[in-house]
Amino acid sequence: MWHKLPRPSAEVNKVYLRHPTRASCFTAAINTGLQLSPVNGNTSNFAMNCRSEVLEVTVEARQVEEAMLALLHTILLHRSSGKFHYKKEGTYSIGTVGTLDIDCDFIDFTFVRVSSEELDRVIRKAVSEFKDALSNSGSDGMGQISLEFYQKKKSRWPFSDECIPWEVWSIKVNVVNLANEQERQICREKVGEKLGEKVINVVEVINRHEYLPKMPTQSEVDNVFDTSLKDVQPYLYKITYQITDSLGTSVSTTMRRLIKDTLAL
Amino acid sequence: MDSGLSPQDKKDLDKFIKFFALKTVQVIVQARLGEKICTRSSSSPTGSDWFNLAIKDIPEVTHEAKKALAGQLPGIGRSMCVEISLKTSEGDSMELETWCLEMNEKCDKDIKVSYTVYNRLSVLLKSLLAITRVTPAYKLSRKQGHDYVILYRIYFGEVQLSGLGEGFQTVRAGVVGTPVGTVTLSCAYRTNLAFMSNRQFERSAPIMGIIVDHFVDPPGSGPRTANMGHPCNYRAPDDDDGGPYAGVQDSQEVCTTSFSTSPPSQGLHAGKEHGGVASNPAQPAHGADAHLAAENVANTPGENGGRRRDEQPSPSDPLESLNAFTRKIGAFVNKPNIQTAAGLDLPFAAFAPRGLDSEDSDPMVQPPDSPTCPSPLQASLHSQDSEGSGPQDDFVMVDFRPAFSKDDLLPMDLGTFYREFQNPPQLASLSLHISSQSMADDLDSLPEKLAVYEKNIDEFDAFVDMLQ
Repeated sequence: MWHKLPRPSAEVNKVYLRHPTRASCFTAAINTGLQLSPVNGNTSNFAMNCRSEVLEVTVEARQVEEAMLALLHTILLHRSSGKFHYKKEGTYSIGTVGTLDIDCDFIDFTFVRVSSEELDRVIRKAVSEFKDALSNSGSDGMGQISLEFYQKKKSRWPFSDECIPWEVWSIKVNVVNLANEQERQICREKVGEKLGEKVINVVEVINRHEYLPKMPTQSEVDNVFDTSLKDVQPYLYKITYQITDSLGTSVSTTMRRLIKDTLAL
Repeated sequence: MDSGLSPQDKKDLDKFIKFFALKTVQVIVQARLGEKICTRSSSSPTGSDWFNLAIKDIPEVTHEAKKALAGQLPGIGRSMCVEISLKTSEGDSMELETWCLEMNEKCDKDIKVSYTVYNRLSVLLKSLLAITRVTPAYKLSRKQGHDYVILYRIYFGEVQLSGLGEGFQTVRAGVVGTPVGTVTLSCAYRTNLAFMSNRQFERSAPIMGIIVDHFVDPPGSGPRTANMGHPCNYRAPDDDDGGPYAGVQDSQEVCTTSFSTSPPSQGLHAGKEHGGVASNPAQPAHGADAHLAAENVANTPGENGGRRRDEQPSPSDPLESLNAFTRKIGAFVNKPNIQTAAGLDLPFAAFAPRGLDSEDSDPMVQPPDSPTCPSPLQASLHSQDSEGSGPQDDFVMVDFRPAFSKDDLLPMDLGTFYREFQNPPQLASLSLHISSQSMADDLDSLPEKLAVYEKNIDEFDAFVDMLQ
């Protein structure tokens, strides 16, 4: 199946060149105006230009929720913009993003999140499901939650829209059980320090200023940003999670799309 | 000279860098105020929120920053630095971290000023917000109050890191390339907080004549003696008077709030609109006092003493009641009912106090929230030590009153008690030569006992029914 690729801008070209093995088929596609799309609708095979980062944390069961919230919100803080207001002549203005300090109860840590209750609700819901799945799984407490930023590519009938990820953050979680209060106190502080290191990692990656989707026109804004929230506008994202059993294979892969629409073929 | 940069772009870039510097200072100082920051998102742009972020402007801080910049911009060799230091109530002080906004020569000529640079500066400010909560000084600043305060100092020019002690670490918030150079924002923070732990327990006996290296100004830092810095606390100005710096507004500073979407075939943007009215707001909405009212103690992240362990071990129930009635009541014990010890079924009732003091003079009490502790002795030790500590404190300040040190319970000291406790006398009923006798006696008395029990069988049945 062939779908239309966007017209390459300078930034997109740079990204393609990072994968020399596939560069040839892509450049061919660009030259001829043809496009590539996976046959079975699984976009991850073609997420070649997708940046992937993995963060790993080891926490106690009661710290899972806050640790995930801290990291997901830190990433979303950097990947959220104010609401766009399009005016005539192709210009737009951007709203203001407020921030909020959140103290963790079970971890010696404070993180900053975007000041948006709607967004917080969505993230909390996802993290809560992940936490429940982790505790119900009966495995030795290993799981992974992924935050994927993607762009939508509209395609002609009868093909449905495609989701092309451009950045995926995977947070691997290892849950431990601690025997006594002393260990818990140490864990509280250690996890706080670890989360601090992870925040520094996140900031490092983001400040490399690598590929970001181009700023869209008004008609295209829903293909790049999530415009459903009232006060902020994050890039289109989805959160998924997997729980691994003790053999290391993913037993229950639960894909939850927290953004409305988009079904893959 | 930047051949590729149009005059409009150059003007915009200078403005962006200037306001970026001012906002950076605001973020850093506000993060060290000791309170949580909260600003609201607004979907409609107001024209005064630079970089599309709601960062309030504390007038004094803006004033200081502008004074330090003196009309210049951060450039190559001219960095803007914000130094955060700690000052105890006794006057000792220590530099904790230095944030540096630097510019180097690496230019990115192709980058679009009003669009890409602006957005990247915005992302960098967000990174700064995140990183300021991660360095060790954040936890210290949240606990500032009676014992110490956090100060800030802004200077422009060469970066001075000598006051940070040995082994200081650096963390980078990020970089943004511009056509005139690359903007770098980083923080160097002290890791050696040894001075804090040594001074912790000397509050009651101030030691004169101590010379510690941090207090002696290094040769190159003239301004330091004159100005140790400003406190990182903010008080709201009075309603009728905007504070001494209310007049400092730049009516000509407009922040870009409009962008244009680039048509797909061109890389250049068509034009730009400037957003609404200028000025940074003069009065931030939050004016909470940064000092915490309760007694707080300095936190020492690196310290790993034994005191850290005594959070709140909760003794088992009988011991809890015992502890509740000891005269030295621990911080985590709830207010007990005043009863005499004899009225309770305590295992160590002999050691319970005869007199009971009211709890009013005791420091804040908190309920225990953790499972049983290993030994009753350890529990009573811990109960004495947690004066005024919150669940987050790593460090507590105590008047050390060890258990059993006063003679209201028993006239003995801790060591003696411990030894006796470890080697209690044999229980009379368990001693061997008596047991054999008692066995014979028991057997003899068995028929009598059985007769008595049979007589009272109704009572026993009623008791069993009651239990069911």
